[in-house]
Amino acid sequence: MRLEPVGAEALLLVFAEQPDADLPLRIAALAERLRRELGPLLVDLVPGWTTLLLHYDLLRTDHRQLARRLLPLLEDWYAGPPSSGVGRLHEIPIWYAGEDLTEVARACALSEAEVIALHSGTEYRVGAIGFAPGFAYLGELDARLALPRRASPRTRVPAGSLAIAERQTAIYPQASPGGWHLLGCCPRRLFDARAEPPCPLAVGDRVRFFAIDETAFRAAGGVP
Amino acid sequence: MTGLAVIRPGPLSLLQDAGRARWQHLGVSPGGPLDVHAAAWANYLLGNPWGTPLVEIALGGVELESTLDTWLALCGAELDITLDGAPRPNWSRFAVRAGQRLCLGFARRGQRAYLAVAGGFRVGAVLGSVATQTREGLGGLHGGGRPLRAGDLLPCAPASLPGMASVPWRFVPDYRAEPGLRVMLGGDAGDFSVAERRRFFAQAWTLSPQSDRMGARLLGEPLRAPARQWSLGVTTGTIQVPPDGQPIVLLADRQTMGGYPILGWVHPLDLGLLAQCPAHRAVCFERVEVEAVQGEMREFYRFFGR
Repeated sequence: MRLEPVGAEALLLVFAEQPDADLPLRIAALAERLRRELGPLLVDLVPGWTTLLLHYDLLRTDHRQLARRLLPLLEDWYAGPPSSGVGRLHEIPIWYAGEDLTEVARACALSEAEVIALHSGTEYRVGAIGFAPGFAYLGELDARLALPRRASPRTRVPAGSLAIAERQTAIYPQASPGGWHLLGCCPRRLFDARAEPPCPLAVGDRVRFFAIDETAFRAAGGVP
Repeated sequence: MTGLAVIRPGPLSLLQDAGRARWQHLGVSPGGPLDVHAAAWANYLLGNPWGTPLVEIALGGVELESTLDTWLALCGAELDITLDGAPRPNWSRFAVRAGQRLCLGFARRGQRAYLAVAGGFRVGAVLGSVATQTREGLGGLHGGGRPLRAGDLLPCAPASLPGMASVPWRFVPDYRAEPGLRVMLGGDAGDFSVAERRRFFAQAWTLSPQSDRMGARLLGEPLRAPARQWSLGVTTGTIQVPPDGQPIVLLADRQTMGGYPILGWVHPLDLGLLAQCPAHRAVCFERVEVEAVQGEMREFYRFFGR
């Protein structure tokens, strides 16, 4: 465990060199607690795979003071149970008809049906949210589906696209450039600034995907 | 509704405030003005609180017509300011009457001008901020992240102030100068060799025309960067070194997380100087300690009533 100043207005907590399955949920629980107990000292708390970045209010504290306040809380957190819960489970419908499905199946020497079965047969954990609003990095993708990112990223990936890269999978909440392989499409909105909360997924949550057909996709409000 | 009617919006004019705090855990960029020094003075001249909504104008070329009597202030890039054809000073506040036209020429020095109005532009916030994030489709006049365009009305209320006021000369930066940007070393700096770190500080980097509100891209003799794997939260001012060895300084519209190796962080007030640089301008870096930056930032925030 290391505490490192990040510029003049943030402090980074580093928990491990490599992520493990329980770490995101534990980091999320710690972030929740720090938000509650340190309230106005902290502006933003950003969980990473193995880290938690605290953007603090420089008019109320600095990295040294904050580190002193954190030490007993961190000791307590370390001594606590490995994880305070199992994370909420989200079951997300996917119409597996993505542009790259055929290509992914070929590259992985599998049938399209096998790709879908492997992808929807795994329970994922939200490891981090970043890149874009509501973009949740989900791990860990079955090793048989692991592919490097596309050599040249697409300039526009449609909103709702389900994609994979390396040992991760994610849904693009908005249309954006992207270099991952597109397997399908989700009819649900995964980021809405006017909703409360704006993003249904949180770090540490669990996600399962289930396959739907085009009719169900359209019925659920999806736009192909 | 009264306000400033947009006749010509210029290449990129964006409503901004102090930025979108408290949503970074969901991947929402903080946004806000690129040059916090110039933006803070524009509001200060009018007696507006810190972070009052104003307009960041890239490069100039803007024409507005007022439908009310109020006061305006402009700070930042040097450009011709005229009100019904009569010149008005930069880094100053001045009165405007209903029916008058404000014309801003193209920037001669600096790249961003900040236009504030007494009492601020009255626009609904999205996730707590009016800051326009074009990539994420958040903020701005109607909440969807759109830059200003002709036909828009920037809503504001009538106001009256006792007289002209200007920013003291010593606080007006010289945007012609090649900036020496102060850097706090840290992050993965220890994983760069001593020689690589020395090369970072010893050479003059060139600002790439590919730079935008998300990041300032620098071109020069490439650095050999160490590998980094797991994405983590980043701050505005972070110096990332991607595999091509050309550093990127993250600016206001940055992403919330990054996976590239980090060499350190640029002083928050020097980011404004960087954002005022035109493409191809040479920039250099020099070292500063975290505590010195913190002292200066506290003084800055207190002066402007953050």
